Amino acid sequence: MKVTYFPGCTLKNKARDLDEYARKSAEALGITLEEPETWQCCGGVFTTANDEVATKLSSVRLLKAAAEAGQSLVTVCSACHNVVKQTNYAMANDSAFADRVNRYMAEDAPYTGETKVYHYLELLRDVVGFENLAKAVKKPLTGKKIGAYYGCLLLRPGKVMGMDDAENPRIIEDLIRALGGEVVIYARRNECCGGYVSAESPALAKKNSNLIAENAASAGAELLVTACPLCKYNLEKNGSSVPVVYFTELLAEALGLKEDAND
Amino acid sequence: MTNEQLKQEILRISNVNVTKCMKCGKCTASCPAYDEMEYHPHQFVSMVNNGDIQPLLNSDSIYRCLSCFACMERCPRGVEPAKLVEAVRLMAVRKQGANRMKAEDVPCMLDENTPGQLLVSAFRKYSK
Ligand code: SF4
Ligand code: SF4
Repeated sequence: MKVTYFPGCTLKNKARDLDEYARKSAEALGITLEEPETWQCCGGVFTTANDEVATKLSSVRLLKAAAEAGQSLVTVCSACHNVVKQTNYAMANDSAFADRVNRYMAEDAPYTGETKVYHYLELLRDVVGFENLAKAVKKPLTGKKIGAYYGCLLLRPGKVMGMDDAENPRIIEDLIRALGGEVVIYARRNECCGGYVSAESPALAKKNSNLIAENAASAGAELLVTACPLCKYNLEKNGSSVPVVYFTELLAEALGLKEDAND
Repeated sequence: MTNEQLKQEILRISNVNVTKCMKCGKCTASCPAYDEMEYHPHQFVSMVNNGDIQPLLNSDSIYRCLSCFACMERCPRGVEPAKLVEAVRLMAVRKQGANRMKAEDVPCMLDENTPGQLLVSAFRKYSK
């Protein structure tokens, strides 16, 4: 299966691991990730204001490129996914907004939200299937106590993101199980780490990040997995006692691909 | 602008129906920025409804919201307070010279691991 793959800006720089391991693992699972020749940063956060057009155009161009290639679009960073998916939802469901965007872009064919957008986790669950994935595992994560850290952007707003039950998700836990690890459930797994507020109020980000890390540690987690570079940064910067890794790194490790990644 | 004009402008930008609120406070109980906010999500809803926009525009509360959408997810009436916070913040930073964050502020924020995601997100929220 061939899909359009959008890495986003941070995966080209500080979060190279998230990208490299996603690519290696997809290849091993028979999925071809095709990165568009040109793309722009998604902007990091979706603006809910319905009079904002310009800040959403990079996502629309990306969605349109996938539609023109006749492919689904796959993202891996939580923030990119949130922005692209919310933009696609607005293009499909808010005709006045879609009309304004299409007039602005002035291209021949209008775009109205046709592209199917998957987060990489959804690709694993819905296209590969966790059962099949479990069969492809070469080095199971046996005995590792792992907590899923969803944060906010992967799941919310639930009616738009549609990935999972936003208040009681299981997709990352199911991935951990498929890879042979032991799941640790803790209360704050879908609370916000502070996100971009660490630029404006580091104390607030620290407080939130510490509450999450301490909650996970006291539930017995030895490792936290995330899909978001900013979650990883905020938790680590604020001294999480539990190490934080990208889900793609765990995936590559279990598939026996880790040694030769990043070379 | 009069209070009524400010209210209509916020309602236009956010597309929120504030009259659906039943004042249960669940949005505020869900808010991870609660301690740092002068006005809380349920107050944004009632103050917008009353045309009381100016105090919101002048409050740092609009820069403390994390856009985590917890208040939207957990509101039993589908009111979406986060969209009001966003609309008030945009009304504030869209004014000429009112950028909360400037390029000069960036160097002292950086460490060796700062992801680009943090900077682009912060600029989108705090500047125009
Ligand atoms: S979106 Fe903002 S106001 Fe709503 S719960 Fe999150 S931090 Fe609080
Ligand atoms: S949760 Fe919804 S109904 Fe309850 S106070 Fe907040 S906005 Fe109003």
